[in-house]
Amino acid sequence: MALRNSSLLETLVYGPAPESDSTARAWIDQHERRFGLFINNQWVHPEGREYTDTCSPADNTSLAAICEGTAEDADVAVQAARTAFTSWSKTSGHERAKFLYAIARQMQKHQRLLAVVESMDNGKPIRESRDADTPLCVRHFYYHAGWAQLMDSELPQYRPVGVISQVIPWNFPLLMLAWKIAPAIAMGNTVVLKPAPSTRLSALLFAEIVLAAGLPPGVVNILPGGNDLGFALVNHPDVDKVAFTGSTGVGRLLRQSTAGSGKKLSLELGGKSPFVVFDSCDIDSAIEGVVDAIWYNQGQVCCAGSRCLVQENIYDRFMHKLRRRMNNLRIGGPLDKCVDIGAINSKRQLDTIAGYVEEARASGAEVIQSTAPLPEGDGFWFPPTVIANVQPTSKCVVEEIFGPVLTVLTFRHPKEAIALSNNTAYGLASSVWTQDISLALDVAFQIRAGVVWVNCHNMFDAAAGFGGYKESGYGRESGKEGLKEYLEFKWKGVVRRSFTDEQKAAPWGADTPPAIELPSAGSARGQSVDKTYKMYIGGKQSRPDGQYSRTIRSPSGAMVGEVGEGNRKDIRNAVEAAHKAAPGWGKRAAYNRSQILFYIAENLDARFEEFAKRIASMTGESIESARNEVTLSIQRLFYWAAFSDKHGGSVQETPLYGATVAIHEPVGVVGIACPDRFPLLGFVSLFAPAVVRANTTVIIPSEKYPLSAVDLYQVFDTSDLPAGVVNIVTGTRDVLTKTLMSHMHVDAMWYFGSDIGSYHVQHASACNLKRTFVSYGVERDWASNEQGQGHEFLYEATQVKNIWIPAGV
Amino acid sequence: MGNPGIPLDLGWVHSARVNKSATERRAAEIGTRRSIKKLHQLAWLLRSLRCIDLTTLAGDDTPSNVKRLCAKARNPVHIDTLRLLGIENENITVGAVCVYPNRVKDAVAALEGSNIPVASVATGFPAGQTPLETRLSEIRLAVAAGAREIDIVIPRTAALLSDWQGLYDEVKAMKEACGSAHLKTILATGELPTYQMVYQCSAVCLMAGADFIKTSTGKEPVNATLPVALVMCRAIRDYYDRTGSTPSSASYLLPPPSSLFVFVHLLLPPSICPCSTFL
Repeated sequence: MALRNSSLLETLVYGPAPESDSTARAWIDQHERRFGLFINNQWVHPEGREYTDTCSPADNTSLAAICEGTAEDADVAVQAARTAFTSWSKTSGHERAKFLYAIARQMQKHQRLLAVVESMDNGKPIRESRDADTPLCVRHFYYHAGWAQLMDSELPQYRPVGVISQVIPWNFPLLMLAWKIAPAIAMGNTVVLKPAPSTRLSALLFAEIVLAAGLPPGVVNILPGGNDLGFALVNHPDVDKVAFTGSTGVGRLLRQSTAGSGKKLSLELGGKSPFVVFDSCDIDSAIEGVVDAIWYNQGQVCCAGSRCLVQENIYDRFMHKLRRRMNNLRIGGPLDKCVDIGAINSKRQLDTIAGYVEEARASGAEVIQSTAPLPEGDGFWFPPTVIANVQPTSKCVVEEIFGPVLTVLTFRHPKEAIALSNNTAYGLASSVWTQDISLALDVAFQIRAGVVWVNCHNMFDAAAGFGGYKESGYGRESGKEGLKEYLEFKWKGVVRRSFTDEQKAAPWGADTPPAIELPSAGSARGQSVDKTYKMYIGGKQSRPDGQYSRTIRSPSGAMVGEVGEGNRKDIRNAVEAAHKAAPGWGKRAAYNRSQILFYIAENLDARFEEFAKRIASMTGESIESARNEVTLSIQRLFYWAAFSDKHGGSVQETPLYGATVAIHEPVGVVGIACPDRFPLLGFVSLFAPAVVRANTTVIIPSEKYPLSAVDLYQVFDTSDLPAGVVNIVTGTRDVLTKTLMSHMHVDAMWYFGSDIGSYHVQHASACNLKRTFVSYGVERDWASNEQGQGHEFLYEATQVKNIWIPAGV
Repeated sequence: MGNPGIPLDLGWVHSARVNKSATERRAAEIGTRRSIKKLHQLAWLLRSLRCIDLTTLAGDDTPSNVKRLCAKARNPVHIDTLRLLGIENENITVGAVCVYPNRVKDAVAALEGSNIPVASVATGFPAGQTPLETRLSEIRLAVAAGAREIDIVIPRTAALLSDWQGLYDEVKAMKEACGSAHLKTILATGELPTYQMVYQCSAVCLMAGADFIKTSTGKEPVNATLPVALVMCRAIRDYYDRTGSTPSSASYLLPPPSSLFVFVHLLLPPSICPCSTFL
C-alpha cells in the first residue's frame, strides 16, 4: 500500500479533504441549472428576461443560470407582499413563531447542503459556512421565533411596518438574508429580498426552505437581479421600509432616493474597524484574533479588524509572530476542509484588493504577504497580506479594502490608541486586546463604534445588536434593538410622500436677506425697559453674527418682541460649542443629568405665570390653554428627568461566558428644528430627551413663536446646565436647518417642519449619514403623552453599542 | 541534543499573559481547521504512536507485566497491519517505556537492542512532596539503572507561591542530576489554577533546561487538555524565539491525538521543532 516509500511519515503534510458537492449539484440539476424568481411561493420565469450565470469563484465556472428580475417583477413581488401583509400582520404571534421555528428546523435539517451551496457560490471555506454562517442563521430564526411569540406582550405599543425591501451583499449571502428576513417576518412584515448579483444560490435554496416550512404565499419573496432592480425595489411607492447592507457609497444613494418619502430606512454599511493591541495583552491570542479579524471570510467582512493598532513597545514581537502565523494559513478550494482562506468572491473584488496593495507598495509602504502557496487555475485568489510602515493618512488605512489585507500602525499610550481608533469616518466595530479590565473598558467606552469586542473579534449572535456609528450607517440588526427597525408605533399612521423633480429642485432654505421690518414708533418698548432676546451659544447670550433682528408678532399683528436673525456663522459657532461640550456632558453621571433637568423644571415652575403669559401673547391662545402648556412642559421635564438613569442598556444573552453588554450611548450633536405649534412644549419635548440622554444640541426654536425658547435660557443659566449642551439659534427654520445639514459635526437632525423640508433634510443627511427624525410635514399632538414623549424619543436620542466581555482566568 | 537552559528571566515570567476564553476558543477551533483523512490520517496516527511513552506506574508492577509492556512497545501495531500498509520495515515502535525507578532494570533488559529508551519517573512522583535531596538521588539512581529519560514533577508549591526562583533552582538541580538523560518536566497542570501559571511554569522549566515539558502525571483529577497543551506549545515557541535553540518539545498525556498533532504542527512547524525531535 501507498505508505511504503512514502514521505508522509516524515513530512506529515495535509492531504486534500474535500467536502462533497454532489448533493448540491444534484439540487442545482433538479432546477435544470436554471432558476427563476421566487414570488408568492412560486418559481416564476417571466417572458423575455435575461439569465445570468452565477459562477464559482474557486474556478470561475458557471453553477447555474439565474433570471434577472426587472422593475416589472418588482411590482409583482411588492404586490404579492402587500397582499400577504394583510393577513400575515394579523396572524397571531404564536402562529408566526411556529413558522419561524419551522424555518429554523428546516435549515438545521439541510444545514450541510446550505453550507456547501454557500461555499460553492461565494468562495468561503466550508469550515466557515459549516461552523459559522449556517449555525448563526439557524440561531437567528430560533431567536426571532421567540420574539414573534413575545411581540404582543413585550412590544405592545408597536405594529409591523408593512412591506419591506431588503437588499443584501455578497459576503455573507445566507447570513445577511437571515438577519434581514427573520426579524422582519417575526414582527409581522412581509418582504421582497434581492440577493447580491454574484451570490444568489443560497437565497434561492432558502426559498425552498420557505416552501418546506409552509410559509403563506407572498410573505417572503426573493428576486435576483442587478442594481436597477435594487433601485426599483427601494423606490417602489408601495414599500414601507428599506433595509440595506452594503457599501457606504450605495447607502448614501439609498438615503437620497428614499428622502422625504416616509419610508423607514436602516443601513448597515462599511467599516475600517480598529484592532487595538496593548502591551498588557495575551499576544498569542491577539495574533489569533487577527486571524479571526482580517482573514475570516478572506477579509470580506464589513466589521473586519482591518486597522491594527499596536502599542509601540511590542511592535517587533507582534510583527514577528504575525508573520509566522500568516505563513501558516492554508489557501485553497472552498470545499477543502483543510483550508483557512478560500477564494475572493469575484474578479472585480480581486482587482480592487490588488489595486489597494499595489498603491500601498508604490507609495512606499512595507507589504508583507503570506508565503503559503496559492492554488492554481482560474479561481480568484489573494494571499493574506499585512501592510506596515503606513500612516493614518495612507489610502489603505483610510479606505475600506474588503479583502485579506491588514494595515498596522503603532501608538504610544491609551489616549493615542483611542484617538487613532476614532480617526475614521466609519464606526462599525472594534476590538481591544489587553488583560487589564480597566483599560479594556475605558477604551471600549470611548471608541465610537457599534460593537466592541474585548479579547475577541467577529463574534456574532442573534441576541446582540450589530450596526454602526457615523458613516457605517444606522439601525441595528439582532437583539431587541434590531426589532425596532421592523416596528412602527401603533398611533402613527402610514405616511407616504412623493415629490416631483420640480418640487425637489425648487430652492429651499436659501439664504435670502431677512425682510427688514422696523417696529412702529414706540411699540418695541411700551412702558418698560427695552427687551433684547439673544441667541444662546456655548452658555453665553450672544448677538446674531449678522446683526439683523426679526420681529415676532402675535396672530393679531401685535409686536411681541424681536429676536436675532441667525445665520451660518451662528450655526457654526453653535455646533462648535455643542461638539466641545459633548465629551464632558457624556461623562456626567446620569443622576447629575436628572438633577439638572428636575432643577430646570423647578425653575420653570417658579416663573410659571410669566411663561404662560408669553405663550398667550405670542400665539393668541387663551391664558388657560397657555397655562396648560406650561404645566405639561413641567410634567415632560419630569418625565425625561426620570428617564435619565433608566435607559442605560441591558445584558444580552449571547452564548459567550462573560457579559455582552448593550449600552445606550448618545448620538452626539443633535440639531433640532422645533415645530411652531406648542412653542414651549414642543421645544421642551425635543430638547429634554436629547439632553438627558447625554447628547448636546443646537436648537432652532419655532420660527413663528421663538420667545418661549429664548426665555428658557435664563432658566438654563440658573439650573446648572453646562455651557454648550443646549445652544439656541433663532431665525428662519429652513435656512438654519440647511446649514446644520451640511455640517459634518452634526450627528443627527430632528426636523419638525414641512414635508419638502423633511425631504431636503434626509437628502442632505447623506453627506455624513446623519440620523434623521423628521415629521414629513405631519403635525404631532405634543400635548398627548402618546405622541409627545416615549420610546420613540429614546430611540432617536441614543445609539446602541454592544460590548462583548468574555470572562475566565 | 539537549536544552542547556538559560539564566532565569523573571521579566518574561512576570509579563506573561494568557487569556482563557481566547485560548479555549483557539483550542476548540484547531480541530475544525484541518481534516486529516485516509493515508494522511494513518501517517499522523503512526507519528502519534511513535511519540507515546507507554507507561505502567502501579504499586503492583512486577517484572512480568513490565516485560509484557516492553514487548508491546516494540510491536505496538500488529505485523499483519504493518504489512498491509507496506511499512513492516519502518521500525514502528513507541517513543519510550515509562516505569517507576524500581522497575527500570527490568525494562532496560526487556528493551535491549530495540533502541527504545526507558523513562523513569522520579522526584517523589506524583506529588513531589519529598525533600530535594531524596528527589535528586532518586534521579541519579534511575539514571544509573539505565534510564535515558527522567520524568520529574515540578513542585507545585513553588508555583502556587510564585516562587519562580525556587522552581528554577530545583529544576536546574534535577537537570544536572540527569546528566546525559533527557529531563522531562511534568507540570501537573490539573493542579495549576490558571493557564497563565501553566505558561509561567513552562517558561521556568525551559529556562532551567527541561528537554520536554509534559502536562500531567496521570494521577491528577484533570490531565492533559487541548488548551493547556496549546499554552505549553506557545511557551516553547517563545523560548525558541528567545534562545534560538530547538531541543524542547511538549508532550502530553492522553489528548485526542489527531487534534493535538494538528496544532503541534501548526504551532511548532519543522523550522522550530523538527518532527524528529518529537520522538
